[in-house]
Amino acid sequence: MSVEFDQKIHDTLANASLQLAIYTATGRLKEKRIEVTAENVLPDYQELRTQANALKKHTIDNLDHYLEEFERNVEAYGGKVVYCKDATEVSDFVLDLAKRRGSKLIVKSKSMTTEEVDLNERLEHHGLESVETDLGEYILQLAHEKPYHIVAPALHKTRYDVADLFTKALHVARETVPEKLTLIARGVLREKFLKADIGISGANFLIADSGAVVLVENEGNARLTTSAPKIHVAVAGIEKVIPRARDLAVFLKLLARSATGQLLSVYTSFLAGPRRVGEVDGPEEFYVVLLDNGRTRLLPDRSKRESLYCIRCGACLNTCPVYRKIGGHSFPWVYSGPIGAIITPQFMGISHEPALPFASSLCGACGEVCPVKIDIPKVLLELRGDVKKMEAREGQNRMEKLAFRVFAWVMTHPRIYEMAGRLAASVAPAGDGKWIGSLPAPMSVGPMKAWLSERDLPPSPSKSFREMWRNR
Amino acid sequence: MGNQVSLFVTCMVDQLFPKVGMAMADVLERLGYRVDFPEGQTCCGQPAFNSGYRAEARTVARHFLKTFEASERIVVPSGSCTAMVTHHFAELFQKEPETLALVHAMEKKVYEFATFLTEVAGVEDVGARMEDVVTFHDGCHGLRELGIKSAPRRLLAHVKGLELREMVPAEECCGFGGTFAVKFAELSGAMARTKIEAILGTGANTVVSLDPSCLMQIQGALSRAGLNVRTMHLAEVLASR
Ligand code: SF4
Repeated sequence: MSVEFDQKIHDTLANASLQLAIYTATGRLKEKRIEVTAENVLPDYQELRTQANALKKHTIDNLDHYLEEFERNVEAYGGKVVYCKDATEVSDFVLDLAKRRGSKLIVKSKSMTTEEVDLNERLEHHGLESVETDLGEYILQLAHEKPYHIVAPALHKTRYDVADLFTKALHVARETVPEKLTLIARGVLREKFLKADIGISGANFLIADSGAVVLVENEGNARLTTSAPKIHVAVAGIEKVIPRARDLAVFLKLLARSATGQLLSVYTSFLAGPRRVGEVDGPEEFYVVLLDNGRTRLLPDRSKRESLYCIRCGACLNTCPVYRKIGGHSFPWVYSGPIGAIITPQFMGISHEPALPFASSLCGACGEVCPVKIDIPKVLLELRGDVKKMEAREGQNRMEKLAFRVFAWVMTHPRIYEMAGRLAASVAPAGDGKWIGSLPAPMSVGPMKAWLSERDLPPSPSKSFREMWRNR
Repeated sequence: MGNQVSLFVTCMVDQLFPKVGMAMADVLERLGYRVDFPEGQTCCGQPAFNSGYRAEARTVARHFLKTFEASERIVVPSGSCTAMVTHHFAELFQKEPETLALVHAMEKKVYEFATFLTEVAGVEDVGARMEDVVTFHDGCHGLRELGIKSAPRRLLAHVKGLELREMVPAEECCGFGGTFAVKFAELSGAMARTKIEAILGTGANTVVSLDPSCLMQIQGALSRAGLNVRTMHLAEVLASR
């Protein structure tokens, strides 16, 4: 495990108020999801999940076909599709566009894909102003932080944190009432919307048969972002495409419910092409940036590519007992929680943080709530196998490898297994009731020490089961 | 089918909690089963599998298949080890059709203990008595991979003198997770403490589970916190009278 990963986990666990904030916020989202997906509220919930999974599987299996269809239809409406292979290509495209149009100010609506490529930072580095307009994202931009959660980016911030931040960054009187804080942000952001030259959004879905970008949101800022400025750029991962508009009947039912426990989000926008003759609003130019950034690496792997089915609802984070303890910023990339644990190693390469797929008790809660039925525990297990293969190739972690070879040998030789067990029992503290709080120093090493750092050890019984069985 | 059953007690019960295995045998015999213990048995291979050592897991799985080949039915005091055999062995042998056929045959013969009682033996009342207030901890693999939810509760409901109180939330992991418990010890410990809060919230004296590994984690954390709540495997509760 990298020192950084270890340290971040430790720091988060040690921060009592942060622990409470994460646990409460995720708990609320989790409870709401449970309510609106209950059998008596949504009887066909499981059926919808099965359909969503089948639709995603079909699309990812035929991704090239649907991307081409999407591109043709975007162009038929007068828009343009731009393929980008990585972060640099995305920022180069936007920078070039801004330069050609003389743009200085960009407004952005919430998009994990742009977070993934550090778009704000890259644009600002080149002297452009890029302002987040989703309230949570705006708070984080002022705080110079990355999203803590894929749906609720500022989940870890209390209203008092936000009050402090606004007072300091915006030089306004301190307000702690959420509505008032929202009004402050709104005041600042309205100005930006009016002046911005380019609006950048993400995309929840890209519809192949109609060339439309679908945006799902609650604040209405995405509608402004995509309609007020002259230019709209939607940035999306290539896996966001779905075949037909009618498939949304399945996905929209699942997305809001899984994400926030709403039956439907407040705004669902369908954007196809720039403003047409006779239309009163909409941008003059319309671009869809399709980002690869490691995604095509998953395509040859029939098993693990289901990781691309994700609709970024965040349900797996809210239900994950690990995320609920270590929070979003402990994770090595912008994607956190169970989905982060499976896509980070696949998009970035497993050596990015080899310990990540192991940071799970494999409880399976994520797979149970995933609306598109990604078998996250299965993918984690496969990634663990990949990490061990990589380590073997590079000659790392030799002791552990040896230990498991010995394990396999012992477990296939019952006599040796029995002897080893009794030998261990003979040196371990015995006693038939009391659990053991500490061991003599020479024994308290490695896994023993780690176990004892948090828990007591069971006493070693005087006889193993097989001995008792023989003697009975 | 006859009334012969084989025990797979799991390496953890064999080495650390032998009484659980004895209790399980007791209950089965009381119900009229003839119980045997194939001596060659060791482990299901899950520790290696979960740690990413698939070749090593395969070796141990092969040994399991051989050891229990002749058994008609195998009963296991662990949801997790049962799920390893019934849900993960197949993944290990995708490229070996012959072994895969053996695995599929094995999947049909292996039963988690509570499920065996309610589904195969068809009993809910095993004639147990235990005066106590208990809460039940769902082991994650039993719950989510095997879908075990009501069987242990129905069995507990028939134990005379016993009161079952559900914890909230009931379905959250205790934080064991095999090598996770030592690789991420601090995190695992924090998860155990959350579980313990839920347990204490019920006011129960005893935590019951189907999985010795969860019980080791929970008891280890209870004991570390100096709390006077005990843990018991379902088999031990059902063997009480
Ligand atoms: S993996 Fe599933 S549950 Fe997690 S964010 Fe993606 S769609 Fe939602």
